[in-house]
Amino acid sequence: MTHLSAFDLAIAALLVILLAILSARVQRDLAVQILIAALRTTVQLLLVGLVLKTLFTHVHWGWVGLMATFMLLVAGREVTARQARGLTRGWGIAVGTLSMFLSSFAVTLFALIAIIGTDPWYAPQYAIPLLGMLLGNTMSGVAISMDRLTQQAYQQRAEIEARLMLGQSSREALRDYKRDAVRAGLIPIINAMAAAGVVSLPGMMTGQILAGAEPVEAVKYQILIMFLIAVGTGLGTLAAVGIASRRLFDERQRLRLDRLQSARS
Amino acid sequence: MRLRAEGLRCEGLGPIDLAVEAGDCLCLSGPSGAGKTRLLRMLADLDPHQGSCYLDGVASARIPPPQWRKQVALLPAESRWWGVSVADHFPTDCLLELSSIDLPDKAWQWHVDRLSSGERQRLALLRVLANQPKVLLLDEPTANLDTRNAERIEALIADYQCNHQAAVIWVSHDAAQIARVSQRQLRIEQGRLLTTSEAAA
Repeated sequence: MTHLSAFDLAIAALLVILLAILSARVQRDLAVQILIAALRTTVQLLLVGLVLKTLFTHVHWGWVGLMATFMLLVAGREVTARQARGLTRGWGIAVGTLSMFLSSFAVTLFALIAIIGTDPWYAPQYAIPLLGMLLGNTMSGVAISMDRLTQQAYQQRAEIEARLMLGQSSREALRDYKRDAVRAGLIPIINAMAAAGVVSLPGMMTGQILAGAEPVEAVKYQILIMFLIAVGTGLGTLAAVGIASRRLFDERQRLRLDRLQSARS
Repeated sequence: MRLRAEGLRCEGLGPIDLAVEAGDCLCLSGPSGAGKTRLLRMLADLDPHQGSCYLDGVASARIPPPQWRKQVALLPAESRWWGVSVADHFPTDCLLELSSIDLPDKAWQWHVDRLSSGERQRLALLRVLANQPKVLLLDEPTANLDTRNAERIEALIADYQCNHQAAVIWVSHDAAQIARVSQRQLRIEQGRLLTTSEAAA
């Protein structure tokens, strides 16, 4: 593996600055956004590098658990951050966090104990990156599906209520829209699996190969990760859509759109 | 009493008490925004509310919501269609004949977006009647129809009301229609129920 020096990174940073200068001619805001985002990447990744380094030298389940919880809570907040009509009163965050906990945590634990068999099972070199990959991907699946479900419930409210009026249960009345929401949440990972290796070289595998790993080993890990992500995203999406659709109706099976936030511009 | 409501109330509407006998038709009128549609939605248990409704003496809370809405059926002013064909919107074991609403048998396969407004409303009424409701809540069922189609709808409802001893609550703006179809009239103004004599005063 060829070591990257600070100078090497500085050259790449220069390219980003060049891009910012170019885009400033189009729009000043855009240049500022690019620079801030680049700065955030640098600071956040350096910090996490330091945290991981500390974590690897002080292996204790408590620290790993703390880190995992922090990652989960941030992901839960991110899920609701860009919803057009999220659930009100903290339900959005709660549903997002719970469904990611159920899926990402369960799948990571399963992979650590039953598949990779690390020792101890919470070995941070495996646990944290694995959980990070899963949370990152589950997050978009959960966010897309919840957004789709609540948007559909709002836009198709007249159809849903027409079904209720004819005596359909809330479950029947929402079935088509739930199916649609789950499908929307799963499309990205299905695309990623279908295109892997042909259209795109997945990031983790590329990173491992760049870092000097044997390509076939890297590929095997990538396949494992893809499968785990698919399962995690699927479970997370199903859980989120399931819990959120219950929240859309009350105990008398009335459609309760007052439990959705008003549209954000 | 087929349908009885006690102290129905939601924000800006009520409290409202009313009762309709089996086979009777009660007409509701009043300015738009007075709460006619919201009252019907409360009776069909589609909106959260206070107070209670009874069907043949049984409280709505003791009847599962889908059953309640099949029995106390609301026909909204504008019908909604979620499927592709007409048949998609009827129960698979539907015994009703399309000939009863002057449509050929092959209309089951028609696409809903090709229906005329008259055909649409007749089908909307038929799919409500397919559930054999005991109470019909009609929200201006003939508002967007020409005279011929309006008469057909009126006849269908009168038939059903008579044959099934259904109670009907009919929201209408048309004074002639009100006189034709109903035994009793009430007005809603600013969320309050008035008898016609009060309204005239």
